Amino acid sequence: MTRILGLSATSIALIVAVYGVVAALLAATRRMPRLAESARSAVFATFGLMTVANLAMIYGLVTHDFSIDYVAQVGSRSTPLLFTVISLWSSLEGSILFWGWVLSGYSAIAIWLHGRRLGSMGVYANAVLLGIGAFFYLLLVGPANPFGLVSPAPLDGPGPNPLLQNHYLMAIHPPLLYFGYVGMSVPFAFAIGALLSGRLDQTWLRVTRRWTLVSWIFLSLAIIAGMWWSYDVLGWGGYWAWDPVENASFMPWLTATAFLHSSMVQERRDMLRFWNQSLIISTFLLTILGTFLTRSGVLSSVHAFTEGTIGLFFLAFIAVVLVFSLVLLMGRGGELRQTGSLDDPLSRETVFLANNLLFTLFTFTVLLGTLFPLVAEAVRGVKVSVGAPFFNRMTIPLCVALLFLVGVGPALPWRGGRRDQLKRTLAPSLTALVVTVAVSFAIGVPSGWAIAAFSFAAFAMVTNVQEYARGVLARRRAHGESWPQALYRLMMANNRRYGGYMAHIGAILVAVGITASSAYRLEREVTLSPGQSVEVGDYRVRFDQVEAFEEPHRWVIRAQLTAFTGSRELGVMDPRLNFYNGRAEPITTPAVRSRPNRDLYLNLLAFERDGSNATFSVIVEPLVFWIWFGGFVVAIGGLIAMLPPRRRAPRRAADRIAVEVA
Amino acid sequence: MNWRRSMIGLVISVPVIALLAYGMTQDPSAIASPLPGRAAPEFELAIMDSPDDVSLEELRGQVVVLNFWASWCYECRVEHGDLSAAASYYEGRGVRFFGVLYNDTPVNGRRWIAMMGGQSYPTLLDNGSRTAIDYGLYGAPETFVIDQTGNVIHKQIGAITFTRLRELIDPLLAAGTTE
Repeated sequence: MTRILGLSATSIALIVAVYGVVAALLAATRRMPRLAESARSAVFATFGLMTVANLAMIYGLVTHDFSIDYVAQVGSRSTPLLFTVISLWSSLEGSILFWGWVLSGYSAIAIWLHGRRLGSMGVYANAVLLGIGAFFYLLLVGPANPFGLVSPAPLDGPGPNPLLQNHYLMAIHPPLLYFGYVGMSVPFAFAIGALLSGRLDQTWLRVTRRWTLVSWIFLSLAIIAGMWWSYDVLGWGGYWAWDPVENASFMPWLTATAFLHSSMVQERRDMLRFWNQSLIISTFLLTILGTFLTRSGVLSSVHAFTEGTIGLFFLAFIAVVLVFSLVLLMGRGGELRQTGSLDDPLSRETVFLANNLLFTLFTFTVLLGTLFPLVAEAVRGVKVSVGAPFFNRMTIPLCVALLFLVGVGPALPWRGGRRDQLKRTLAPSLTALVVTVAVSFAIGVPSGWAIAAFSFAAFAMVTNVQEYARGVLARRRAHGESWPQALYRLMMANNRRYGGYMAHIGAILVAVGITASSAYRLEREVTLSPGQSVEVGDYRVRFDQVEAFEEPHRWVIRAQLTAFTGSRELGVMDPRLNFYNGRAEPITTPAVRSRPNRDLYLNLLAFERDGSNATFSVIVEPLVFWIWFGGFVVAIGGLIAMLPPRRRAPRRAADRIAVEVA
Repeated sequence: MNWRRSMIGLVISVPVIALLAYGMTQDPSAIASPLPGRAAPEFELAIMDSPDDVSLEELRGQVVVLNFWASWCYECRVEHGDLSAAASYYEGRGVRFFGVLYNDTPVNGRRWIAMMGGQSYPTLLDNGSRTAIDYGLYGAPETFVIDQTGNVIHKQIGAITFTRLRELIDPLLAAGTTE
C-alpha cells in the first residue's frame, strides 16, 4: 500500500511537471495568463506529491516494509530509529527522492514569492524549475525507482551503510548539502528566465540574491559538517582529502562565493552583467556535475554510490543543460552591455575583480584535478590519480592571495578613495602583518607558506575587526549607545556589509585552523600493553584495557585509555571499532578530546583478542576547533547578511524597499 | 539572440560532454584481477548441511562456477534466480556450480536460501574467509568461472546473468568435447 502510494505520487509528479513546463512555455511565448496560472499551480502540486512520496518512504522505513525495494536495501530491524529515518538519504534512490522533495519545496516557495511579479521572466523561471524537477521525477520513475517491489519480501535487511550510521553528523551533513546544492537551481532558473525573456537588467539579480545566499550558507555548513564527520569517523585525523566528492561540493561553493561578491559590483556599478550570468550558470552546472560524478561511477571515490543506468540519464541532462544555457548565454551575451566602468584601480571594485579572478582560477584548478584522471585515461589510456600534493601546491598560494584580498577589500571604498586615507586605514593591519612575520620567524614556523598564511590572516583579521570597531565607536560617539547596543544597531543598520565582514572573520579562522593543524600535526603509531604509556607532544596516554560488548545492531571493541598532560589527569578516552552486522570491515570511531588550543585524537587500529596489547595512532593537532567554529561564524555572517534591513516600513513593503535600497 | 555567437556555447559544451561520456564507458573500480588466465587457487571446503568436503582438485575435467555470496548482500538476491536456472540448465553436462558463503553464518545462509525458494547447487563454508582471500575478493557477489584444467577464465564483480554465464560456459564445453 505504502509502496503504491509512493510510486503513484512520483509518477503523477512527473506528469504534472512535464505538463507545467509545456504550459509555462506556451504561456510565456503566446502571452496566455491563464496557462501561466496553471503552470504555477503545477509547481505547488509537485511539492505536494513529493511530500507524499517522501512521507510514504519514511513510513515504509519506520514500519520495516521490506516489500519496498529501497527499504530492503537499506533497512534493518536492528537499526536505531534515528538512523532508520535518515537512511532516507543513505543510498542512491532515496537520496534522489529526497532531492526531489527539496527541489519541489524550493520551487514552490520561489514561485509563490516571485512568480507573479516578474512577467514572462517569472513564467520562464517556472518552466526551468519544473524542467529540472521533471528530470529528477523521471529518475524516480525510471532508473532510480525506490518504490520497486521485492517479492517475496525479505524478513530483514542489511541496514544502511555502516559509515553513515556511525555518527549523528550524518543526520545533518547530507540534508545541508542537498539544501545547498538544490537551492542553486532557483537563481539559475531566474537567470535563464532573464535571458529567455530578454529582461536583462538587474531584476533577476535582486530577486535571487537571498536565494543564492541561503544556498551558499547551507553549502558552507555542509562542507564544514562533512569535514567534521570525516575527522570524527574516518580515523586518520584529517578532514579534507581532495576526494572527487569533496571537490564536487567545493566547486559550486567557490563559484557561488565569487558570485556573492561580483553581484555587488553589478548592483552598485552596473558592471559584470555577462560575468554574473556565467557564474550562476556555472554554479548550477557544477552542482549537477558533482551529482553526476558521485552517482555515475565515472570517478572512484569513497563516497560513490552504486552505479547503473542512472549515469546515462545524468549525462543526457548535463548535455542538455550545458548546451542550452551556454548557447543562450553566448547568444544573448551581446545584449548584456554594462553601463558602468572602472574609475580607479585602487577601489573596492578592483578588489572584487581580483577576488573573482582568484575564485575562478581556484575552481578551474579543482575541476582540472578532479577530471584529470578521466582526461589522462581518455588521451593516454592510463589510470592515474591526482592526489593531495597537486591540490595543495596549486591552491595554497590562491588561499594566501585571497586572505590578502580579504584584508584589503573592506578598507577600500567604492570608486576609490584618497591614498593617504587608505594608508591610515590599513596601518594597523600592516602592523599586524609585520609583527606576525617577525614572530613566526622568531618561533620558527616550519614552512614559508605557513608564515604567509598566518601573516595575511592576521592582516585580514585586523582589517575586518577594525571595520566593526570603527563603526561601534562612531555610534557610541554619535548616539551615546552602550557597547552591545552600538554593535547590534551597527550590524542591523547595514546588515549586508557587516554580515559579510563576519563571514570574512569566520573564513580567516578556518584558514588559521587549517594552517596550524596541518603544519603542527604530530602523529605516532604505537602498540601498547595494558599499563604502558606513550608520549606525543606534551600529552601522555596510558592504555588501560580493551573490552568487547554487543549492541543490537553492532559489535563494539572498545579500548580505554587515560590521557595526561604532565602529571595532570585529563580523563578516560575510549576509541572503538564497531563491527556492523553482516559487514566485514570494522568502522573506526576515534576518541577526540577537542579544546580550543589543540585536539588529542586517538584511534584504535588493531587489538589482540586476549587483550594483551593494542595498536593505536595518537595524533595531536592544534587549533582544529577553530575550523568548525569558523565555519559556524561564516554561516552566521551569511544569515546576518540575509536579514531584511531594519526600516520603519510595513512588513509587506519591507522586502521591496530592501531590494531598492540594496 | 545572436546565433553566430551562440555557436561558441556549443563549441565549449561538446568536448566537456564527450569527456564525461567517455568516462561512462570506463569502470574506475575495475582493477584488473591477475587471476583470469591463471590457475585457480586450490581449496578444500565443507559443504553446508552435508558431511562431505569438496576440493577444486577433484573437480578437474569439469567447468566450475564459484559464486561468493552472503545473506546480507543485496545484489546476491538479484542474481540468485539466474544462477539457480543456469545450474539446472547445465546439470549433468560437466559444469558444477558452488556457492561460497562469504562473511556470514550458516544459520543466516540457510534462512536466506529458504526465503529465496531454494538453491539448486550446494554452498560451501569458507571459515575464516581463507578462500575468499585467496581469490582476492572485494565484496559480494563475485563469481569465478574455472575451466576443465583449473584455470580461471572469468571474474565477475557484481551480479551475473544467465546470458553471461552461457556466453562464458558454452565455449568451454564446446572446446572440451572436441579435444
